[in-house]
Amino acid sequence: MMFETNPAQSAVSVPKVELRDISKTFSGDVETVRALTNISLSVAAGEFITLIGPSGSGKSTLLNLIVGLSEPDSGEINIDGEKYDRRADKVAYMPQRDLLMPWRTILENVIIPLQLKGIPDAQAHTQATELLPLFGLGGFASALPFHLSGGMRQRAAFLRTILMEREILLLDEPFGALDALTRRELQDWLLELWRRFQQTVIFITHDVEEALYLGDRVIVLSPRPGKIIHTLEVALPRPRRQGMIALPDFGRQVTELLDALGVAI
Amino acid sequence: MPAEPSNTEIGYPRVKNHLSRFSNEIMPPVLLIGFVLFAWQIFASRSGLSDFILPSPSQIIRAGWETRALLAGSIAITMLETILGLAIAIVFGLLIAGAMDLSPVVRRAFYPILVASQTVQILAIAPLFIIWFGFGLLPKVIIVVLICFFPLAVSTADGLASADADLVALLITMGAKRGQIWRMVRLPSALPSFFSGLRIAVTYSVVGATIGEWVGGSAGLGLYMLRSKNALATDQVFVAIAITTGISIGLFLLITLIERAMLPWYYAARRAEQWEQAGIY
Repeated sequence: MMFETNPAQSAVSVPKVELRDISKTFSGDVETVRALTNISLSVAAGEFITLIGPSGSGKSTLLNLIVGLSEPDSGEINIDGEKYDRRADKVAYMPQRDLLMPWRTILENVIIPLQLKGIPDAQAHTQATELLPLFGLGGFASALPFHLSGGMRQRAAFLRTILMEREILLLDEPFGALDALTRRELQDWLLELWRRFQQTVIFITHDVEEALYLGDRVIVLSPRPGKIIHTLEVALPRPRRQGMIALPDFGRQVTELLDALGVAI
Repeated sequence: MPAEPSNTEIGYPRVKNHLSRFSNEIMPPVLLIGFVLFAWQIFASRSGLSDFILPSPSQIIRAGWETRALLAGSIAITMLETILGLAIAIVFGLLIAGAMDLSPVVRRAFYPILVASQTVQILAIAPLFIIWFGFGLLPKVIIVVLICFFPLAVSTADGLASADADLVALLITMGAKRGQIWRMVRLPSALPSFFSGLRIAVTYSVVGATIGEWVGGSAGLGLYMLRSKNALATDQVFVAIAITTGISIGLFLLITLIERAMLPWYYAARRAEQWEQAGIY
């Protein structure tokens, strides 16, 4: 079994992603914003972490730091136990907006990471075309993005992320803009893909149920300046089933998270 | 017995769409122009106004036909100046827009000068070019370049700057180099703006060439217009007006066609948006 952890082994294994005492402040002309303070987090290989917090708690800032779009003021970020100058080579980042290029077909959009690696177009096409059906995009290779529904566009964006071929995925509210039904459908689909590709996932959401349903561990961030105020080891078996959200156990954990977030219960 | 579902019923909406597009979009302006020309013809022939004050449409057509040899040569010259000027303006406009996008210093240096240059009266500086460069092709081409350069440079620069910053950031995380970001994101994002600028430039270009010829030319539609005016051949002045307008419209349509062929995604997406917006949800 893939995610059956061997206690002896995990004790010595190096965390896939390790944040040590990260702080980040943005100095603007008008005000100085302390986005994150003293964030320490260790993510094991193959773990699915969900990160939840109110708007402005620095969730996206944290992902930008991990991917290397900006650098922390203090603290360090290690991947596989090492400090890399270009962390972007190690992680795949998927922002909330699908950011598909409107002038490229779906196939041409998803092969962008392959093109940037210098893989010939013909080979990139073959590689991507094989994966299209798995992403529910079979038959849409030559469609333009505006032809597709929000859910399909998000799946295309996700395929583009997968084709970056990295072991770590940073997903910033990928289902935030979708309707409730499509969202549930994509949650199950994402878990299935995760089972298959075995990446380490850090998933941002502001939906408590989504955080619980997807994650092995839920990390709760405080309002600005963001710090970790609660960690919950999710007590739900895998594979997850949508029916689980009706379990008393699920409800208890939802309450625990809402409580941590300061929502009146 | 129920009415049989006839073929006409199925075929009807399609035919109706074609018909309604024609009657909605093309018929009204055609009818209006036809009516104005008809009224003009009646008024010119019945009012007793002298021909050199207001020639009738039929008289203008006759005047054009009678001077067709001279007109053909003039049109060729004016078209040559226009096309050459436009081509050079496109090259320079794209170069400056690219330089402004790559370097903020270049942008700060050029942008105000570009805007200020547009407030200089072409009619005032056109004679200077005639003095400096003679009565030939060159001064007219320069005037066309000056007029067309601005909308092209500014709209293309704006288009390049409008590239989605999030998309650029995403490509950076994928390891894209600056040149790749340019080719994959900035240039395609700039194309719609470039074409908007080009459509404006094209409509000005014929005017620019004609002004140059009017101020000091040895050939072309501007000179034809000037000579006709001096000879009080008002009908020929109208001929020149009609032809310059026709050339402008023709070029405009040509650019629009090229644009539609080059940016199918842009028009398709815009049509889809219009569909989505049509209605209250």
